[in-house]
Amino acid sequence: MAHRPDHEDAMLGFRRLPALLLTVLALLLAGTACATRTPSPAPEAPVEDPAAAFPAQIALDGQEPITLPQQPKHIVSLSPTATESLYAIGAGDQVEAADRSSSFPADAPRTELNALSSDAATVAGHDPDLVIAPDGAGKLVEGLRELEIPVLVTPAATSLDDAYAQIETLGQATGHSRQARDVTARMRADIAKIVADTPKAPEPLTYFHELSPDFYTATSRSFIGDVYGLFGLRNIADDAEGEYPQLAQERIVQADPDLIFLADSKCCGATADAVAARPGWNTLTAVRERRVVTLDEDVAGRWGPRVVDLVRAVADSVSRAQRP
Amino acid sequence: MRGTTRLRPVPLLAGVAALLLALLVSVLLGAADLGWTRVLAELGAQLTGGHSPLSEREAAILWRLRVPRAVLGALVGAALAVSGAAFQGVFRNPLADPYLLGAASGAGLAVTLVITVLPGAAGVPGAAQAAAFAGALGGVATTWLLGRAAGGGAATLVLAGVAVGAFLSAGQTFLQQLRLESLQQVYMWILGRLSTAGWGDVLLVLPLLVVSGGVLWACARLLDVLGTGDEEAASLGVHPGRVRAVVLLAASLATAAAVSVAGLIGFVGLVVPHLVRLAFGGGNRIVVPLSLLFGGAFLVLADVLARSVLAPAELPIGVITAFTGAPFFALLLHRSRRA
Repeated sequence: MAHRPDHEDAMLGFRRLPALLLTVLALLLAGTACATRTPSPAPEAPVEDPAAAFPAQIALDGQEPITLPQQPKHIVSLSPTATESLYAIGAGDQVEAADRSSSFPADAPRTELNALSSDAATVAGHDPDLVIAPDGAGKLVEGLRELEIPVLVTPAATSLDDAYAQIETLGQATGHSRQARDVTARMRADIAKIVADTPKAPEPLTYFHELSPDFYTATSRSFIGDVYGLFGLRNIADDAEGEYPQLAQERIVQADPDLIFLADSKCCGATADAVAARPGWNTLTAVRERRVVTLDEDVAGRWGPRVVDLVRAVADSVSRAQRP
Repeated sequence: MRGTTRLRPVPLLAGVAALLLALLVSVLLGAADLGWTRVLAELGAQLTGGHSPLSEREAAILWRLRVPRAVLGALVGAALAVSGAAFQGVFRNPLADPYLLGAASGAGLAVTLVITVLPGAAGVPGAAQAAAFAGALGGVATTWLLGRAAGGGAATLVLAGVAVGAFLSAGQTFLQQLRLESLQQVYMWILGRLSTAGWGDVLLVLPLLVVSGGVLWACARLLDVLGTGDEEAASLGVHPGRVRAVVLLAASLATAAAVSVAGLIGFVGLVVPHLVRLAFGGGNRIVVPLSLLFGGAFLVLADVLARSVLAPAELPIGVITAFTGAPFFALLLHRSRRA
């Protein structure tokens, strides 16, 4: 019986040999691996080299693409929305001049430039290597192209997706693609959270969005309509044609909106009290329930990163409307 | 033009009937669907003291929005048409219109001034209206002073009106360029509108129109005399300068009243007196009072279209007056020439 253990030991020893060899090999490999890794520093996230992204072809949907040979360092922004976006994505230092409506951020270099009235020579006087212009500045854009100055035309967004696309395109055009994607990702997340946290009304609430005291408004087909659509609100102007119709006053009163949003307080002095004093408006639910909301026109009229503030304002109103 | 010079009962009744019919149509139809039978029942109930078939909100739509809008349309149309007739009579020029002497450009400049330089004031109820009224009268007064300084006379006055109008319009454009963000507001005002009409506007315009319309009607015979020529008029004991001054003052007052509440509605003052002349004869004793009635009816019906064609949206009423008035006018002109 005494042999058996020996035999078994021998057998065990034989069986253990490959395991030992494998263990030694594994230790050797591990040791080698450790030897090569240990001295080097931990790897960093790849650093974006903005200049490496140029020359670049930049295009917004439906717009003529422009070629930027190198990262623009002297940008003229003739669009308040673009100015806000440029600063939000970290391209503020590259903004040489902004138009006179670019009221945000406060340190944007506002000038007397205006997309509708300035001529190409005046804009060219700022020596821009990129001009960002709103849609509708056709003559100016033509003139700048004659002068071979790249012009990125940014039409009014009609949806939140449009707005995100424009911010990301501005990121591409300025060498801040990653920051622009971060900004839009944050916007999407913030908006999704605000919407998710807002209680849903059992019946869709109706609303009227006032652009002027003679009842110009925005339908659901507009950018602002897309924002209200996030909360399932129903626009009383949707029977009308187009994005920005003028609504008949008696139709507004008949539709009896649950919520009224005023985007004409700065321009035209519209207030909740002024609305309540209009003939027949004291019969409206929104007036009786004090659901006339004054919006910041600069926020409600642009489609930049501050649209999150607009979404928050609408969410507050929708929440308040459902409190007993 | 026909030879008749006195207003006969039939054309007067036709004018009254046209105005009443237009007002009825305007009250029955609109962007809010109240149902015309229910509106008729409501009118009946109000007359007889019966039970109203309308809800509180529907009653507000009818009595606080639709009816004052119809009445204001009638007043504005009457004011523009009667002042157009008066201007055409004074200047013996069929192309004269209520804005000939700088009323439109004066009002335009004043409203633009309020919107651009005093944006806070633009929100004050009545500020733009007051500015328009003062601007219209100011434009005419400037023209008048310039015309007098240049020697007076109807032709000089028209030339002065052209110069003043051009200067004031340039001022308006300059201000708009300074604040382009106000462009839309100024533009909307210039297009003309009755969309915000209320009883307050009616009460503003009514006394001014009663006074100016009354003066113009009373001066209609003198305008006929003036039509024979200044010397002839003087020999008949009429002082041409005084008549011209009184008529232009009254017509300018009517124009300013209309402009202050409804903006610049074109075509009514030019076309309606022509239509009246073509249909009923050329004397001012016919044209002036009938322009009041038919001008009112025309603008009320134009407004029905403005708020019904694209309902629930509106069209600027100036677009309707041009769209409907111009072809109708061309047709009548064509027929009268063939006849």
